Amino acid sequence: MPSPATSAAGPPTFTAPAAPRRPVTPRSAGAKTVLQADDIARVLDRIAHQILEKTQGGTGVVLLGILTRGQPLAHRLADRIASFAGVRVGLGSLDITLYRDDLRTQASRPLGRTVEPEGGVDGKLVILVDDVLFSGRTVRAALDALTDLGRPRVVQLAVLVDRGHRELPIRADYVGKNLPTSAEEQVRVSLAETDGVDEVSIV
Amino acid sequence: MTRHLLSAADLDAAGAREILDSAEQMDAIQNRLVKKLPALRGRTVVNLFFEDSTRTRSSFEIAGKWLSADVINVSAKGSSVSKGESLRDTALTVAALGVDALVIRHPSSGAVQRITEWVDCHVINAGDGTHEHPTQALLDAFSLRRRLGELAGRHIVIVGDLAHSRVARSNVLLLSTLGAQVTLVAPPTLMPAGVHAWNCTTSWDLDATLAGKVAGDVDAVMMLRVQRERMGGGSSSGRAANVGYFPTEREYAIGYGLSPARLELLPEHAPVLHPGPMNRGLEISSVAADSGRSLVLDQVRAGVAVRMAVLYHLLAGADEVEGALRAEPAGGAS
Repeated sequence: MPSPATSAAGPPTFTAPAAPRRPVTPRSAGAKTVLQADDIARVLDRIAHQILEKTQGGTGVVLLGILTRGQPLAHRLADRIASFAGVRVGLGSLDITLYRDDLRTQASRPLGRTVEPEGGVDGKLVILVDDVLFSGRTVRAALDALTDLGRPRVVQLAVLVDRGHRELPIRADYVGKNLPTSAEEQVRVSLAETDGVDEVSIV
Repeated sequence: MTRHLLSAADLDAAGAREILDSAEQMDAIQNRLVKKLPALRGRTVVNLFFEDSTRTRSSFEIAGKWLSADVINVSAKGSSVSKGESLRDTALTVAALGVDALVIRHPSSGAVQRITEWVDCHVINAGDGTHEHPTQALLDAFSLRRRLGELAGRHIVIVGDLAHSRVARSNVLLLSTLGAQVTLVAPPTLMPAGVHAWNCTTSWDLDATLAGKVAGDVDAVMMLRVQRERMGGGSSSGRAANVGYFPTEREYAIGYGLSPARLELLPEHAPVLHPGPMNRGLEISSVAADSGRSLVLDQVRAGVAVRMAVLYHLLAGADEVEGALRAEPAGGAS
């Protein structure tokens, strides 16, 4: 039985996964920092306000963080929405490993934990939260995964960074920062919860 | 992850933990409205069963179907096997249908291993003779871990017809890989040959073992079925089919059955396991089988989750051939 992500008593707690899934390259290797900790904080402040504005005060909103780094971002947004408007939005996390379209071409990956929000997603305004929007394939997989959880009223997408190069007809409703990149570059998002530091850089 | 799962020894500690962790996530699907994951879409799994089985076969079937694989059951009865086809021809014929994985149960030890030498697809051992049954050991470990937490340092007692048990061997291998201590208890006639080389302690005295006097306090006890059908003699029809392994069933139950009194010897926290099917009144009393400490139904439920995890780890990733063509992971999250 998965325990619910939120409890009525207090704010949900986030437990960091044991290790970051992505291989970590040395920070010095030509990395260009694009967003620093205070930039990320301001960007998340703005997205939280935009969510409140666009959803008329956040009623019926559920934030679903896509593992790995979408999960802490969803928690941070939920905390901000709570402090700005006093509304506790639903909170959950989504592991999309089994829904990926490249399962066959990669070694099998460990599975993350999908946490359904208390009260489910049926009839809710679900906002998917992820760190980087790139090809759009992760979001497609997340939409499939969401279908198996229930039938939301509306699904929206919030990302910290949109780096372009979409391969599918997908766009974000809330964007922290548009980053023009070349396809060869890598955008690396580090978050305090998973990597010990808040930073977005181009490698 | 290895290409086949033939023995619990194919898994190192990290590999076993990964399967058990994945099984935790797979288990969550049972609470869902839509019990379907797309991970194995387009893959074909054949259950090739040369021996009767209800729970293992149906649990492999459900596991494959919940992962969106196409699952076909072939049983020896009513197939060309009963017309005299050899094991090799049967295996090659089924593999030639274009399957991705064969799940095989066979009454002869080593038959499954032999089949891997003939076919190209993944092979999972669903029980071969008195040799191994690795997915049973995984689901036992899964159920134990849920009840007890991490298994390292735990003491598990396995009791019963060990000589004819593939479950015992797989469990000793897997539990010791996971750092648990195992004690095997059986009458001398039902101790497996060569048990001194296994990574476990042995005893003939169930009462002393359960009371913690043989190898320390007990954290769980697993009762194994007395396999009359493997004891030769009058098959399952006669109740005296135990041909010299023990004097009478009554005497076996007195010496090695989990009676209500023996249940009381166990510490409060220790659960009771049985891989099923149970002979009530022989190796396990109804009081023990139906008590709150019995994990029998948890084990059945765990079977589906664990087999989903095994199928996922064997089948979902790239094969070596495909791996050569594998695209570099795209930069950043996609």
